[in-house]
Amino acid sequence: MKREYVIALAGNPNTGKSTLFNALTGLKQHTGNWAGKTVTIAEGTYVHKKNTYRLIDLPGTYSLFSNSTDEEVARNYIVFEQPAVTLVVVDATSLERNLNLALQIIEMTPNVIICINLMDEAEKRGITINENVLTKKLGVPVVKITARSKKGFALLFDTIDRLVSNVIQGTPNVVRYQPEIEEKIAKLEPFVRTVVNDTISARWIALRLLDGDESLLQELMKRWNRGEEEILCPQTEHMVHI
Amino acid sequence: MSANGAHGAHMTLASLYEKAQEMSNANLRDQIVQQLYMKSQELCSASVTFSKTKRDVRTEKLDRIFTSPIWGFPIMMSLLGVLFYLTIAGANVPSDLIAQSFGYIEGQLTTLFQLLSAPQWLHGLLILGLFRGTAWVVSVMLPPMAIFFPMFALLENYGYLPRVAFNMDRVFKKVGAHGKMSLTMAMGFGCNAAAMMSSRIIESPRERMLAILTNNFVPCNGRWGTLIVLSSLFMAAGFSSGVGMFVTTGTVVGIVLFGIMVTFFVSWVLSKTALKGVPTHYTLELPPYRRPKVFETVIRSSLERSLAVLMRAVKVAAPAGFATWILANVNVGDTSVLLHIVHFLDPFAQALGLDGYILMAFIVGLPANEIVMPILLMAYLSTGSLTEVDNLGDLKQIFVDHGWTWLTALNMMLFSLLHFPCGTTLVNIYKETKSAKWTLISFLIPTVIAIVVTWGVAQTVYYLR
Amino acid sequence: MSQANILRLNQASKGQFIQLTSINLEGVMRRRLLDLGFIPGAVVEVVRKSPLGDPIAFRVSQTTVALRREESSKIGGVLLSHEA
Repeated sequence: MKREYVIALAGNPNTGKSTLFNALTGLKQHTGNWAGKTVTIAEGTYVHKKNTYRLIDLPGTYSLFSNSTDEEVARNYIVFEQPAVTLVVVDATSLERNLNLALQIIEMTPNVIICINLMDEAEKRGITINENVLTKKLGVPVVKITARSKKGFALLFDTIDRLVSNVIQGTPNVVRYQPEIEEKIAKLEPFVRTVVNDTISARWIALRLLDGDESLLQELMKRWNRGEEEILCPQTEHMVHI
Repeated sequence: MSANGAHGAHMTLASLYEKAQEMSNANLRDQIVQQLYMKSQELCSASVTFSKTKRDVRTEKLDRIFTSPIWGFPIMMSLLGVLFYLTIAGANVPSDLIAQSFGYIEGQLTTLFQLLSAPQWLHGLLILGLFRGTAWVVSVMLPPMAIFFPMFALLENYGYLPRVAFNMDRVFKKVGAHGKMSLTMAMGFGCNAAAMMSSRIIESPRERMLAILTNNFVPCNGRWGTLIVLSSLFMAAGFSSGVGMFVTTGTVVGIVLFGIMVTFFVSWVLSKTALKGVPTHYTLELPPYRRPKVFETVIRSSLERSLAVLMRAVKVAAPAGFATWILANVNVGDTSVLLHIVHFLDPFAQALGLDGYILMAFIVGLPANEIVMPILLMAYLSTGSLTEVDNLGDLKQIFVDHGWTWLTALNMMLFSLLHFPCGTTLVNIYKETKSAKWTLISFLIPTVIAIVVTWGVAQTVYYLR
Repeated sequence: MSQANILRLNQASKGQFIQLTSINLEGVMRRRLLDLGFIPGAVVEVVRKSPLGDPIAFRVSQTTVALRREESSKIGGVLLSHEA
């Protein structure tokens, strides 16, 4: 049975995200090496085990707190378009900063694969990474690859395949914040659930609202304007009084 | 009820947000990010081991050279020079070859038309208009593009461009612009229209507008052909071919540097007047140098950039060739429409050291800079004796027959460098700024500067004569 | 730690390590700096200065990020005697 799945590629700038995109989809896109190079979203497809995968190359960003248009575009895609898999491409040589973004993304969706790229560079510099430890600690699959030589692609394809066909499931161990923050999240979450449908993590929205993410608020309002108000109507009266 | 419901939902979301804000405090973001980083550090210390130094020794060594106080700028200038030299020297031979083959095909097609005893106007329209226009664009544009774009992509993928931004930032700050503007300018060498989109990497609106308004002063691929051909015909004339190549490169580099100076000047003036304000926040990552995949980069950039730009050019060139031929062959009174326009523009153009034909070509060539030269040639050829243009020597003869001197060539280069952005770029400026006012300004600033500069040069030369 | 060891990032010289204590910037820039790893407690190395003296490149969170004086002068820290 042939199926089509959408896969979003997210990651910091300069992680070889575009290289991976090109390697997976063929002659469709140009790779760059500067901050914020991929501004417009590129698309491509590949076929694996009869399934078609539509790849979306999101803008390279350092975080998803919507400080810029790029971040907003990437965040909106992951949260609202809900791709089957979000592939977070991280640089093996600067894992610390890169995982920061990965941790933000697993707060948004459980359908995440962390793709540690540039393993050849890391090996040259004597960096060894234990991906099993990371998989266990993060609760989502972690795969090591070298995009430029297509090393590790077999396992990557397989992991994507198993995730979309629900053979494995992501159970992200999201960051637990200070007790006071957690308390506030817990207080807000039930209210969020009544307002926003359950396809989007209520914990994440509560956290974003606490952080004062106005662009997310605008986006939510915009999307609700497009005929999804019926989800909300029953709660309207009740909510006005909070 | 549904409309009320939607309204209610807004209230709900808004009040939820308000509630969240009441609960929040100012340093919540700090705490969140700090916690994320601590988690990230914890994950790394559990999973990553270093058997060598944690430093990136290779990148540090290379940065010591590329961003050196002594060598940084000379290296930057020489790289730019080498890039242009290779483009110019390399493009020469294939350009001639392609022009020759198109000349041959044109001859064959003409024979075929005669064989079929096709009417003269049809031959004129299809071969002298359509075919020649397209052939010109391909033979003049393709070789430099096929050399420049892949080489530029190699530098880009290697990671050199952020270093340029790092070296140059102080200069950009002085004129009130963002260091990342050097990246959008670099993009402009390929295509100004594409550079408009890339201006999004600059987050602050004021500096982004500066980058958009000044990008046109970087000659795009569509103007390379004009600059290279004219400088090799008129500036390098009288030199042996080897030395001539250097003179050509020198002229083109000079023109480019002048364009960069104008960019700085305009940025400076704008940030003191219409776009007043202090340079806003700035961060620039210097990523590790990475050996690019040479073969892939070359193929990819040729296919994506060169071919795409070329296709666009051809799409515009064909109809423009068509239109020019019609303008040149439809008469009002006893002269063609084209000549009426040319004569109308001529006095003004002469004051700028140009002629009516050149100005007409720039105006008709608004859709794409690539077609300015072909239009000009067609206009010249349609009025003079029809010469076959098989090589650059023939080309120069056409110009000289129409009274060109080195001043005409220089001022055409300057006008080409400084004049209004092409149609595609204007459309993109409108898309990016969503403002008719700023689009108009982006048209007016270069146009006024082009007129003032060429006028100044021409009047000075006339005076000295 | 003595008071003398407290300095702003733009005052540090090449090769020095600084543990950040304060980031006196607001709004988007503060957020961007935090995202890049300029968080209180982080150790930052001064890598190099631009040929024209400014911006300065810092090693932070295993990456190199350049900041202008306008920003680096608003980030304070403690000079470390050796790499942490």
